Amino acid sequence: MLETLTPLRPEADDPFVVAGVTLSSRLFIGTAGYPTQVIMRDAVAASGAEVATASIRRVSLQGHGSDTVKILKGRRFLPNTAGCETARDAIMTAELAREALDTNWIKVEVIGDRETLYPDVTELIEACRHLVDDGFVVLPYCNDDPIVCQRLADLGCAAVMPMGSLIGSGMGIANPANLELICRRMSVPVIVDAGIGTASDAVIAMELGADACLINTAVAKADDPVRMAYAMRGAVQAGRDAYLAGRIPRRGRAEPSSPQLGLVGS
Amino acid sequence: MRLTVNGQAREIEAADLAALFAHAAEETGSPDPQGVAIAVNGHVVRRRDWERTPIADGDRIEIVRAMQGG
Repeated sequence: MLETLTPLRPEADDPFVVAGVTLSSRLFIGTAGYPTQVIMRDAVAASGAEVATASIRRVSLQGHGSDTVKILKGRRFLPNTAGCETARDAIMTAELAREALDTNWIKVEVIGDRETLYPDVTELIEACRHLVDDGFVVLPYCNDDPIVCQRLADLGCAAVMPMGSLIGSGMGIANPANLELICRRMSVPVIVDAGIGTASDAVIAMELGADACLINTAVAKADDPVRMAYAMRGAVQAGRDAYLAGRIPRRGRAEPSSPQLGLVGS
Repeated sequence: MRLTVNGQAREIEAADLAALFAHAAEETGSPDPQGVAIAVNGHVVRRRDWERTPIADGDRIEIVRAMQGG
């Protein structure tokens, strides 16, 4: 009789550490664009994410922002500099975020173009250098370019967050070969940010070697955000486990999986 | 006195930052200072220092709040 195995808990021997902090989930969840604040709260809970993103905006602007901090109490905030187009604005936003949310973690986003929201690499690197020097834990949203990622890691960023594809596009992992290369070469965590459209995209990112995924629109704009958050939670873990387990090589012909000896009728 | 608050020219009487925040909170209906940060002339002022930070004519002030984001 086969011995009964203790049920596996793969995450127990696979800690995920960013800037010396062990995080309980490899899914970072975005908090923008949900139909209601209640659905946002429930989706964040269903995602199992420890880290939730936030933005920093002038108080006179419309929006139900005032409850966000209260609703997400107990989670680790990752404020962003979304919408900034210059290093200067990103630095100012980061300093305000540090005071507003009492955290030195910052997702640095400096966009070069409002249509693509593509990172402006020169401004991004300048902002990151300044913020690292100022004691921030810097997580830059960046291109899926191995050299840009390396430069950001070299200057002291705590992780890199290359794009899967354009922000909010749901196009998935546009360049899997690049992402795999980045994951193989980086000594800091790689958190795929932007472009994930559904659970399979998150699985692919993790199978390619990403350490984590940051997902917002795919959850917030799903027909059922809470269920999609739950799906993403499973996808990120499944992809991670598959990556660690090691996939079989692809081959161009069939390979029987059942024994070939003792076939009936042979 | 004349201030620039969040990019808008305003005429507001407030002795210090705490008073200015109270004024802004009344206007926006969000009195909770949790998740709020203020910068005066490009420098962030810690919340605990709001009461002892005087405001002068011509100051540029940013009052921001953490809200939902991606």
